[in-house]
Amino acid sequence: MSSIGTGYDLSASQFSPDGRVFQVEYAQKAIENSGTAIGLRGKNGVVFAMEKLVTSKLYEPGANRRLFGIDRHIGMAVGGLLADARQIVETSRKESSNYRAEYGGDVPLRYLTDRVAGYIHAYTLYSAVRPFGCAVILGSQEPTGPSMYMIDPSGVYYGYKGCAIGKAKQAAKTEMEKLEFSNMNIRELVKEAAKIIYMVHDEVKDKAFELELSWVGEDTNGLHQRVPDDIFAEAETFAKNSLKEDSDSEIDES
Amino acid sequence: MSSNLSFDSFSTAIAGSHAGPKKLTQTPVTTGTSVLAVKFNGGVAFGADTLGSYGSLARFRNCERLLKINESTMIGCMGDYADFQHLKDIIEQMAIDDLCKDDNITLSPRSLHSWLTRVLYNKRSKMDPLWTTVVVGGIEKGEGFLGFVDKLGTAYKDPIIATGYGSMIATPLMRNAWRPDLTQAEAVKMVEDSMRVMFYRDARAFHKYHLGIVTADGCQIQGPLEVQPDWSIASLISGYE
Repeated sequence: MSSIGTGYDLSASQFSPDGRVFQVEYAQKAIENSGTAIGLRGKNGVVFAMEKLVTSKLYEPGANRRLFGIDRHIGMAVGGLLADARQIVETSRKESSNYRAEYGGDVPLRYLTDRVAGYIHAYTLYSAVRPFGCAVILGSQEPTGPSMYMIDPSGVYYGYKGCAIGKAKQAAKTEMEKLEFSNMNIRELVKEAAKIIYMVHDEVKDKAFELELSWVGEDTNGLHQRVPDDIFAEAETFAKNSLKEDSDSEIDES
Repeated sequence: MSSNLSFDSFSTAIAGSHAGPKKLTQTPVTTGTSVLAVKFNGGVAFGADTLGSYGSLARFRNCERLLKINESTMIGCMGDYADFQHLKDIIEQMAIDDLCKDDNITLSPRSLHSWLTRVLYNKRSKMDPLWTTVVVGGIEKGEGFLGFVDKLGTAYKDPIIATGYGSMIATPLMRNAWRPDLTQAEAVKMVEDSMRVMFYRDARAFHKYHLGIVTADGCQIQGPLEVQPDWSIASLISGYE
């Protein structure tokens, strides 16, 4: 599956004979090692959920968050190298602030995504720099409805109804396809999102993780925010109970 | 005019480089009149009328001169309205940046007051002032805070603040009625009464105003409210025909 690009993989400014830019592909590999992040776009908002892997008991809870606010109305979930991701967050915040200063209003998500994707793409053109080793999912509640985009290290972006990045993205996507989430509102979605994270988390390989949840939608008046503590607790309990039910039912069947 | 020439070279020398248009001490264009504010037991109350005067012309009659920054901070601005709008854009972006960082550190009245003092003082020291007087108020560490900064960078804190003509007309009235344990209702009444007297006496005042209140429960701006004037007392004033 993975091919060795010997000789053609030393800089982003080189193509391989079969037309691939290996540095960009290697950057995409970096994301596959990070904790899973998912975004779900529902009927009236967008929900982000994150499996933030905790590699040491000595870390404070809430350290190294991977969910960011870009402006009042836009949230960003990141996967991959966190330091690279923070650079993209800063750039996105500046773009959003510039748009507000020039045009006097909230930046539309597709405009911001286009600008940020262009920035990320620029780092795939020169041998003097390396591509960003992270993918970002952006979401917002616009006047026309909720919208969500994902940008990968190549600078390509798509609009999504549901997307996943990170270790268990395949398993997460499978779970998502089972759900009819386009018609759910964010209060229900938040519980489903937490459940998916708990389901795809690998207890054997990665022991501890922190669940991160954030949302933006009609119910939050278009403001992106971390899910309030009481709803967070409700979603986490729902997720843990669903896991237990599934494992109990498996025991019964055997 | 010859007197201007010497003033020109004086300010340019202070300003230093000649990059960009020459910036001298301006005259304000569209202006707001006084802002009143009083600290009560549990918060602060602000009053500012909704008039943007164009010299002596009562031109824009629906200008909001109070600005909510977050649940614990509010400002009211007098003077050039364009300079207020400029500050508003900058401060609003600071508030958005706070929201994004989401680290439980937000702009507090004291830090905003300090920031404004530095900005206004440094601008005036370059002979390029923002022609505004700002009242900053809110809840700081659980208690009410009220601060004043003017276009010179003069800054102070007091339980009663009024700018412009308000400092001469309303301040004595408010000081007579103030107590440290003033309630919110009494403070609001004090602001209402003062806005009425301001309307009687300040020739650049207006009968509609916004009322801003900051308490531990949050910050809200009400309005436009209307002054209920009683002109029957006019006949008692000597000189009235």
